[in-house]
Amino acid sequence: MAAFLQVAGLHAAYGPTRVLHGIDFAMDEGTITTLLGANGAGKTTTLRALCGMVKTQGEVKFAGERIDGKATESIVRKGIAHVPDGRGTFVDLTTEENLRLGAYTRKDRDAVETDLQRVYGYFPRLKERREQQAGTLSGGEQQMLAVSRALMLRPRLMLLDEPSFGLAPLIVQELFAILRAVNEKEQVSMLVVEQNAAMALDLADHAYLIETGRVVLSGTSGEIKQNDAVRRSYLGY
Amino acid sequence: MDAFLHQVLAGLATGGIYASLALALVMIYQATHLVNFAQGEMAMFATYFAWSLINAGMPYWPAFLLTVAFAFVLGVVIERVIIRPVENAPVLAVVVVFIALLVILNSVTGWIFTYTIKPFPSPFPPEPIFGKYITSHDGGAIGVTLVVLLLLYLFFRYTPLGLAMRAAAQNPDSARLVGIRVGWMLALGWGLAAAIGGVAGMMVAPIVYLDPNMMGGVLLYAFAAALVGGIDNPAGAVFGGFLVGVLENVLGAFVIGNELKLAVALVLIIGVLVVRPSGFFGKVLVTRV
Amino acid sequence: MSRRQLILLAVLLLAACALPFLVSNYRTFQFTLALVYSIALLGLNMLTGYNGQISLGHGAFYAIGAYTAAILMDQYGVPYWATLPAAAVVCLVAGFLFGLPALRLEGLYLALATFALGVSLPALLKYHHLEKWTGGVQGIVINKPDPPFGLPIDADQWLYFFVLAVTVLMFVLAWNMLRGRMGRAMVAIRDQHIAAEAMGINTAMVKSLTFGVSAMYTGVAGALGAIAIQYVAPDSFNIFLSIVFLVGIVVGGLASISGAIYGALFIQFVPNIADAISRAAPWAIFGIFLLGFVYLMPMGVAGAVRMGLARLARKAQNSHTGST
Repeated sequence: MAAFLQVAGLHAAYGPTRVLHGIDFAMDEGTITTLLGANGAGKTTTLRALCGMVKTQGEVKFAGERIDGKATESIVRKGIAHVPDGRGTFVDLTTEENLRLGAYTRKDRDAVETDLQRVYGYFPRLKERREQQAGTLSGGEQQMLAVSRALMLRPRLMLLDEPSFGLAPLIVQELFAILRAVNEKEQVSMLVVEQNAAMALDLADHAYLIETGRVVLSGTSGEIKQNDAVRRSYLGY
Repeated sequence: MDAFLHQVLAGLATGGIYASLALALVMIYQATHLVNFAQGEMAMFATYFAWSLINAGMPYWPAFLLTVAFAFVLGVVIERVIIRPVENAPVLAVVVVFIALLVILNSVTGWIFTYTIKPFPSPFPPEPIFGKYITSHDGGAIGVTLVVLLLLYLFFRYTPLGLAMRAAAQNPDSARLVGIRVGWMLALGWGLAAAIGGVAGMMVAPIVYLDPNMMGGVLLYAFAAALVGGIDNPAGAVFGGFLVGVLENVLGAFVIGNELKLAVALVLIIGVLVVRPSGFFGKVLVTRV
Repeated sequence: MSRRQLILLAVLLLAACALPFLVSNYRTFQFTLALVYSIALLGLNMLTGYNGQISLGHGAFYAIGAYTAAILMDQYGVPYWATLPAAAVVCLVAGFLFGLPALRLEGLYLALATFALGVSLPALLKYHHLEKWTGGVQGIVINKPDPPFGLPIDADQWLYFFVLAVTVLMFVLAWNMLRGRMGRAMVAIRDQHIAAEAMGINTAMVKSLTFGVSAMYTGVAGALGAIAIQYVAPDSFNIFLSIVFLVGIVVGGLASISGAIYGALFIQFVPNIADAISRAAPWAIFGIFLLGFVYLMPMGVAGAVRMGLARLARKAQNSHTGST
């Protein structure tokens, strides 16, 4: 059976600098997969490549359709929402304006309103700050905003780039719990890039380890957690 | 006192025109960090289009609306065809392209319509209907400016397209991630800016008479206004426009004489750029090394 | 400079000297103006091409030089050749002074400020309090200089040789400066402002000096132009003059000395050809050429010539060393 997301032989470069040297991985629908690796391994580049933000060679298939080489704006319309590293908040717009922008490509107005309320249900703090300028939100709140904006697309696949970055552990736990809930209740598949391996492995079903632009290890999160090399290098025990 | 009030009100009228053009400049600057040196000539070209329609017998307000539409399309086409190829080129290349645009529009207009000065009609009656301190046209021009500004504000604040345009201008990468076609938002912005410029041109032409070089001074005042208000702040541009209009008139009538009025713009521009480049209300930019 | 280049230059100089005796007086006059423009373009190119400071207002310095010469000759009876050093000094100072506040402006903002200068200059020249010097709207008329020592040539020919001599001198001086430390500092600042500063180059001084020298060159050109045309008036020095200069360096080639000559020939002769079509035509053509060069030939004519010569040299070398 063809996987929901299939990546084969993905190469990517920033100008003359090659960053990805042939990434292969796959995801089934409804699962959470995590890409682990150290700084500079190529995790963020992989996500950007999936969204058409970097020049690539190789094949990316989403729900059976090739999306490599397409423009970001079209890939979004296929149901892929990207929560970028640095959050990508529209700092001069209000919280609610940010959220509404997430639904920009949708035509079903009533469903958008329902989704807005649902998102406020997951993150009541955003509802409190709906008219506030998004740039004045705290780091944790902006991360919630970024995730919510992606949810407003009603995506089939969510790409999250280091969602735990710069957040206190309690907030990360809260956030990941909500991600789990969204995945289970709404069948949103998720591909999560993380440096925080421990928390990522608790959240995800499957994991891939990336080193210098290549996948070096793959398996269920349980298997990866047991792996000696991973335990020593990435989990610290 | 009478004379002073008269100058202030007349200044507000021309100030409204400067405010419109300054707003057009700021809109393009916000989205691209570029100053459109050809904004004045685009407005002038649109005004000549209006003149042709009126000359052919079309009544004023239909010609006005058609011209606004024409200017919009002109702006979109110019952005897609001429500006897009040099979007990421070095500054000098972009400046040269803008100057080329200025020159081409100016000369094509002169070619088609000759350089003879022509009168341009005002939709407002010759008798003063707003009281004795202000001509009907001046009063009407202020009114038109305010209506345009209000429509723009409503558009950007309350429509999804306006929101998308704001987003694309502020953060093009994130805008792409929510599916906004940033390239077309840019083109739309140019179209709107050109349309506003067209309105400004049609309001100023009855005062200064229609001539291919009529927007040169106006453009300079608009630059000054945009800089004073903060080159990335639309409300600032509007404030700057009215301020510059009043200053120009008052200083020109009572302090330095009419001949040096343009020098006011020059001094303002250089002064703001040197002393406080972000203007009254703009954001202070820190460049990363 | 290689021997071949020196020989080429000598031939060119010889041809230039022979010119006035081979063509009509009017043609000679046109070439005189082309030489004048080449000095002006060299000035602008120094600032914009080599040093990266965009000026859309260089017409102002041309005007200052022109008016300096005209006022000195008309009101103080100064001989024409003496007005050149005067115009040079005045414009050097004016340029340096303008360059000081301009230090804080980069790229687009500097373009904006100089654009404002260029647009408002005619109005400043017409200011009635200055009328007794500037002659107001009517301007100043001056006399064409006579050939000295009773040489057997007419005034137009003498003017040509005089301008030619000044041109050669200015070009040699510029060439010397640009290939020395100053020139390298200018280019370093253009390409990597902060690195240049970190290397110890006094960027503020270099940039202001460049502005001054650039204004001086264009000012001297202005003085020569005034002497040649025998007339200065405010409306000849509007923003379009500054734009003409910009066209000249873009078409001729940025950061190139020979580019100043190609550009000058272009801006002198193209309008004459185009004028036949319509009064507006020269500008439409300028605009189209500007766009064309930016999109297709950003290095200008000088760049194209350089590439062409390089290709020829490569071909010659390949055939010389035999086939592979």
